[in-house]
Amino acid sequence: MIPELGHFALILALVLAGAQTFFGIFGAARGDARWQAVVRPAVAGQFVLVSTAIGALVHAFVTFDFSVLYVASNSNSALPTFYRVAALWGAHEGSLLLWAWILAVWTLAVAIASRNLPASFASRVMGVLGFVSFGFLLFTVATSNPFERIIPAPADGRDLNPVLQDPALAIHPPLLYMGYVGLSVAFAFACAAMLEGKLDQVWARWTRPWTTMAWAFLGVGIALGSWWAYYELGWGGYWFWDPVENASFMPWLVATALIHSLAATEKRGVFKSWTLLLAILAFSLSLLGTFLVRSGVLTSVHSFAADPTRGLFILAFLIIVIGGALSLYAWRAPQLRSPAGFEGTAREAFLLYNNIFLVVAAAMVLIGTLAPLIADAVGAAPLSVGAPYFDKLFPMLMLPLGALVAIGIHAAWKRGQLGNNRARILIGLGVALLAGLVLVYGVYGVGKPLTPIGMVLGIWIILSSLFDPVDRLRRRLTLPRAIIGMTLAHIGLGVGLVAISTVESYSVERDAAIAPGETLALGRYAYRFDSIKEIEGPNYDGVRAVVTVLRDGAPVATLHPEQRNYWVQRSTLTEAGIASRWNLDMFVALSKNVGGGRWSVRAQLRPLLDWVWLSAALMALGAVFAVTDRRYRVRASASEPAGETTSEPKMAQGSAAAEAT
Amino acid sequence: MTPRQKRMALVLGIVAGVSVAAWLGMQAFRANVMFFFDPTQIAAGEAPTGERFRLGGMVEKGSVEKTEGTLDIKFLVTDYKHTVRVKYSGILPDLFREGQGVVAHGRMQNGTFVADEILAKHDEKYMPPEVARSLKDNPPPPAPAGT
Repeated sequence: MIPELGHFALILALVLAGAQTFFGIFGAARGDARWQAVVRPAVAGQFVLVSTAIGALVHAFVTFDFSVLYVASNSNSALPTFYRVAALWGAHEGSLLLWAWILAVWTLAVAIASRNLPASFASRVMGVLGFVSFGFLLFTVATSNPFERIIPAPADGRDLNPVLQDPALAIHPPLLYMGYVGLSVAFAFACAAMLEGKLDQVWARWTRPWTTMAWAFLGVGIALGSWWAYYELGWGGYWFWDPVENASFMPWLVATALIHSLAATEKRGVFKSWTLLLAILAFSLSLLGTFLVRSGVLTSVHSFAADPTRGLFILAFLIIVIGGALSLYAWRAPQLRSPAGFEGTAREAFLLYNNIFLVVAAAMVLIGTLAPLIADAVGAAPLSVGAPYFDKLFPMLMLPLGALVAIGIHAAWKRGQLGNNRARILIGLGVALLAGLVLVYGVYGVGKPLTPIGMVLGIWIILSSLFDPVDRLRRRLTLPRAIIGMTLAHIGLGVGLVAISTVESYSVERDAAIAPGETLALGRYAYRFDSIKEIEGPNYDGVRAVVTVLRDGAPVATLHPEQRNYWVQRSTLTEAGIASRWNLDMFVALSKNVGGGRWSVRAQLRPLLDWVWLSAALMALGAVFAVTDRRYRVRASASEPAGETTSEPKMAQGSAAAEAT
Repeated sequence: MTPRQKRMALVLGIVAGVSVAAWLGMQAFRANVMFFFDPTQIAAGEAPTGERFRLGGMVEKGSVEKTEGTLDIKFLVTDYKHTVRVKYSGILPDLFREGQGVVAHGRMQNGTFVADEILAKHDEKYMPPEVARSLKDNPPPPAPAGT
């Protein structure tokens, strides 16, 4: 009964999404206030209905209702409660439902926060979001119903894929989806601006916090996925340039470009059409990512659907959304003017360089990811693009970008006036050179040729971002949250550069077959295989080894790698043993018994690996500071304090008020 | 320079930069593309010698030979028409099994495929797409009773 209720709620939500789209877009086009008044209740209703549907599915999981096919396929009576809830997004149908629900959450947030926006604009934004929601709900109801029954019900379920039974993975999809779907808000704002035919600086100010939040969620989601791959897939890398990783990384790169381009649009009124294009592009890549991951064209742990109609549906939806938005863009963008000029060393120019590098990087990832699919589609010889392609190209784009960031932070708007900051730039570079080279050649030793460059640039970026806030504090000036946020995010970038340069150059790895009592040497460290014993968990059994890590002969850590056999799916899973220190990860994975009392193991040392995750955390924290900046909390109203952009918003506000009445 | 010339210089600089990036990208792409071959193509001499490529097929039942106490392994990859001998030393994926699909990266050396990486599927249902296609052209013989 409850699953049918959920199914019914989903269908009602689909109908409401249709109403939201129609009345949102055409209500604004006709200037009909009664039509527009339908939109907010439709958003709220949709949120309640999709929440009901997701609640019904959670209920089915928690109460072991194996008569629901999706539950029977992804749960089991031995599965712990936490994973029974997380199993909701463990496969195709449920993750689509999660997608739809997160979109409903974002739309509800927009509905609440947009009360001070011009009514027609808000109505168009929600109309566009309604269309996206309509597409996803239709997809779910028509091709991927999570409430489908299986009669007779099996006695027990087939269990959740064991690699997904992990805390990080339980929260990775919701966070990643918050990012993916959050970009739909920037997209909707862009479409609404194009429908209105008006895009001013105040538009950029409305769009910025939403984009920044989506970007932060996406970053954290990607980092969690990478962290999970590191310790759960068992083989010790943190980034594999896997198509599925790329699918989430491309929208992140473009969203990073977008938040920078939005900054220039808000402050200086430049790059208007470029910003629109980036907003369309970022969301298109989110959809493409969903398509790549969910349609089964890529084969990996993420692709659930092997049903070609699903792939076709997403592809058609992708074409409608992207094609529609781009047509709108071709029609409206030429009317937009970016009047303000700027010099080649102005802050605007540096933001433009940033955008070029990020978009080229995204294009490069796109080519590497799609080439196998295109070769396949045109019937060419099957091919794959290896990680070395990305490893070679990515630093060539990111290192110059790092240098531009370190310098560009000092540039003023309009005229760069870098000359005034020559001392800061040179002092920063000098200290970074010294510290970086000491770190490379003094602490870690000669590595790859790019290592010292990455290290120096990383430190330089950190120092460069600190000059302005420290200077403000010394002069007892206020430190707006926007600046704190920007500083944190840039420090995050610097930390990331330092961490990745170090991990990529100084990791040590050895695969070997060793027996209890034996020791495996790894540089100054040694891994001693102490013992191995059998273990039993709630839904698996296996073996656990005790490995002691020795540094110069003295024990520094004890690792407990496991090899588990999950009963229901009869699959083997490697649980790595990891000890993290602030500057080093010690990693060991236990594989098979290779005979003669020996076990195959993989031992690794990865310096500064945790700093990669720290980098993502700093960027996200920076985003939180940036979106809680005063100018977003004080809504554009008459009492707004004087700032750089007050004249424009008031004008727009006035015209909007006229339009609303 | 006038502002107009400056802008032209900026645009030219960007165009030049993007061109260089595109050229480097092409080079890296060509150097790192790996093609896929099945045992039948290898038997026909279509696979490159000396270059890395992907080999895919099924691990022939009863063909896995391990050297006890080491990471060395030898096995045959088959598409039910031809087989290729594969040599590998390292950790095998959890799901590597006889009679299951496998993809190996490596190169041919004296008639043996020396693998530097072995990929296996993530779950029971997954089959590498190239392997699936190759097997569609070469359907497996009906399993003899008792195996």
